[in-house]
Amino acid sequence: MATIEARGLSLTYRTEDGPVHALSDVSLTVASGEFVSLIGPSGCGKTTLLRVIADLEKPTGGTVRVNGVTPEEARLRRDYGYVFQAPALLPWRRIESNVTLPLEVMGVSRAERRARAQRQLEMVGLGGFGRKFPWQLSGGMQQRASIARALAFDPALLLMDEPFGALDEIVRDHLNEQLLALWARTQKTVVFVTHSIPEAVFLSTRIVVMSPRPGRITDVVPCDLGPQRPLEIRETPEFLRIAQRVREGLRAGHSYEV
Amino acid sequence: MTTALLAAIVAAGFAIAIHTAHAGGGPALWAGLVLLVGLSAWLVGRLAELGGGKSWRGRALALLAPLAFGAVALALWEALVVGFAVPMVLLPAPSAIAQRIAASSGLLLTDFVQTFIKAVLVGYALGGLFGFGVALLVDRLPFLRRGLLPVANLVSALPVIGIAPIAVMWFGFDWPSKAAVVVVMTFFPMLVNTLAGLAETGRLERDLMRSYAAGHVQTLWMLRLPAALPFIFTALKVNAPLALIGAIVAEFFGSPTQGMGFRITTEAAKLALDLVWAEIVVAAVAGTAFYGCVALVERAATFWHPSIRA
Amino acid sequence: MRFRETALPVLVVAAALAVLWYLAAIALNWQVVANTLARSGQHFGTWDILAGTLGYNRPLLPAPHQILDELWRSTVPLPVTSRRSLVLHGWITLEAALVGFGLGVAAGVLAAVAIVHIRALERSLMPWIIASQAIPVLALAPIVIVALGTLGLEGLLPKALIAAYLCFFPVAIAMTKGLNAPDLLARDLMRTYSASRAQVFWKLRVPSSLPFLFAGLKIAAAGAVVGAIVAELPTGAQAGLGARLLSGSYYGQTLQIWAALLAAAMLSATLVGLLAATERLVNRRMGVRA
Repeated sequence: MATIEARGLSLTYRTEDGPVHALSDVSLTVASGEFVSLIGPSGCGKTTLLRVIADLEKPTGGTVRVNGVTPEEARLRRDYGYVFQAPALLPWRRIESNVTLPLEVMGVSRAERRARAQRQLEMVGLGGFGRKFPWQLSGGMQQRASIARALAFDPALLLMDEPFGALDEIVRDHLNEQLLALWARTQKTVVFVTHSIPEAVFLSTRIVVMSPRPGRITDVVPCDLGPQRPLEIRETPEFLRIAQRVREGLRAGHSYEV
Repeated sequence: MTTALLAAIVAAGFAIAIHTAHAGGGPALWAGLVLLVGLSAWLVGRLAELGGGKSWRGRALALLAPLAFGAVALALWEALVVGFAVPMVLLPAPSAIAQRIAASSGLLLTDFVQTFIKAVLVGYALGGLFGFGVALLVDRLPFLRRGLLPVANLVSALPVIGIAPIAVMWFGFDWPSKAAVVVVMTFFPMLVNTLAGLAETGRLERDLMRSYAAGHVQTLWMLRLPAALPFIFTALKVNAPLALIGAIVAEFFGSPTQGMGFRITTEAAKLALDLVWAEIVVAAVAGTAFYGCVALVERAATFWHPSIRA
Repeated sequence: MRFRETALPVLVVAAALAVLWYLAAIALNWQVVANTLARSGQHFGTWDILAGTLGYNRPLLPAPHQILDELWRSTVPLPVTSRRSLVLHGWITLEAALVGFGLGVAAGVLAAVAIVHIRALERSLMPWIIASQAIPVLALAPIVIVALGTLGLEGLLPKALIAAYLCFFPVAIAMTKGLNAPDLLARDLMRTYSASRAQVFWKLRVPSSLPFLFAGLKIAAAGAVVGAIVAELPTGAQAGLGARLLSGSYYGQTLQIWAALLAAAMLSATLVGLLAATERLVNRRMGVRA
């Protein structure tokens, strides 16, 4: 059974300037254990697609199944963890209680919460920072904490919406490496929204290229760079070939018309 | 060092001037006062350059300028009122007010208990609780929210204090009618601010709770109420002086023979202005202390908010 | 669309409040009316009590139509010079409030300009102005009235001074905040032009202070009306809305109290409304989006 199965998805917003087709006839299947990136310019519907999968948005047409059930059922049984563009940590909670927030909602016992938070914080390299408040940490550390929070209840599916978009490139490289290691270790399924070609190629097993007006899929690029990917892989011909194909896919969608 | 010396000179100067004034004054006093005012301006200017920053030392030093300003104003008031022999009806000297406070402390305490402990505190607590409770209810019904918010905003701008005679009619002359006025006056700021605070939660945070399939109560308790706290404290701070004003002015419309507002009106009519000023001092101290307590609790409860941690 | 989003909910809430008011009036006045009817010795039924609760002339809570009727009778058919005319009393209060508003706003703005330009004042005076927010300034009203009364000043001026006093603090605080509002970038930009202090003031500080000023003005206007009304209480003034409230309270004239209260509310709402409209006009001219 595929982890995500979308068939002919469309989503149209009604605005004062007429209808906006955020998604138009989008079909996509994500198998268990895959790392799939959605890439495209702003307005191509990549974030909308992720939000539909997470039941944060209802499609106006088509069907989605997540682990064989509707997105709403998947959400209610807490099938996925979601990481936003911004850390969205609650400033009145220490880092550790931010990580335990989903566990509190789900009614996990206090001792169990503590243990899991500690484990996840160590996994993202924040072992010694549990007692800090979010605003005492750098932007990169805050985003790592928010990833730890998404992992806290150990969902098999991780939905990430441009999680590193607001960070500078050095921090971003570092977090990309860590995310890759984490994915290799935990075998989770990841759907990752980005607008950076190198980031998508570096991380993914498959890259979904999207274009705007209406939001649709223009190309799906397999990305078989193997599980071991040092940062230097970005200079290899294989890497550059895949990046080139993604770039062409973006261009073919007239995505950078001004 | 020169600043300390200057401060000593100004203090000694004012001490001599006030002493001279009590002894009968004279032209030398006026010349001395003009000189002292000049020196004080210089002193305050120098003190204003001190302190600043977040350290305790910096904060303490930053207090020096306003304290010196206040002390100079008080000393000047004393010297001028005594030196010019200003009639008590117009403006009593600070020393006369201080003597009256010492002499009538029992009376002042009775009035304070009647007005502050009973009317203000009870009304403030009830008004805040009602406002908060109604805000929680209204928050669940967007239609009611859209309809009630403009009405509540309008009422906030109205002279609510005018309901005092009606409150007297309904609840009698004693403190419950004053507390009722305070309830109405503090209700609307709390309602409006709590609603604004509950709307303050960011979209990301709400989506986050939704992705956890959190219920309404969980989202309220874990996310929206903590996020609304700064707004709720704004209302509590606005309401503190409002409650005191409401209780005092409500007593202008009739009260038993005690209470700060009652004393102020009756003694003013008898031209016993020193006692009126003594009540004002009590009211000012009570108001500042009340506000200060709320502000302290606010600092502890919303330590995470950018405006507090900066 | 806009009607359903904004006006409709307000209308529904207002209607609901009116219905609640009528129900409350019936409930609160029931006992008094029933007793009165019983004393009169006539035969009466539930329906008579019900009708009585909404038409009683000294009710515990008058029905809304009674208040409007009283407001009508004390304004339209009377000459404005009549002692019973609410127009006369309203004008007396409004006059004091307006004069006080003008004085208080002028003083507040001047204080703010001085504070942002003289560092010593900002550090020494500003803490006191802020602290004064916590002090029940209105309690000073009787003192001002009595003190000025001994100097032979009565009527408009003492009331206006109290209103001015209430206007001063919010305006001074808001205006200081507003004049200090331009961020560092904008101030640095003016520095690169080597703009003079006056140029920085008029081109940068004043425009960015306007939203703050209007917020302060609206608080001040409401305060001015309250100040003028309360200033009429301690000396038992003969005219003004405060005097109407007081005399209504003495003689148990419920309708008179409510009519004066409504008149005061209308004055206050009109002043604040005018200021809000001016604010919108200024905002539009300065290109601020609503």
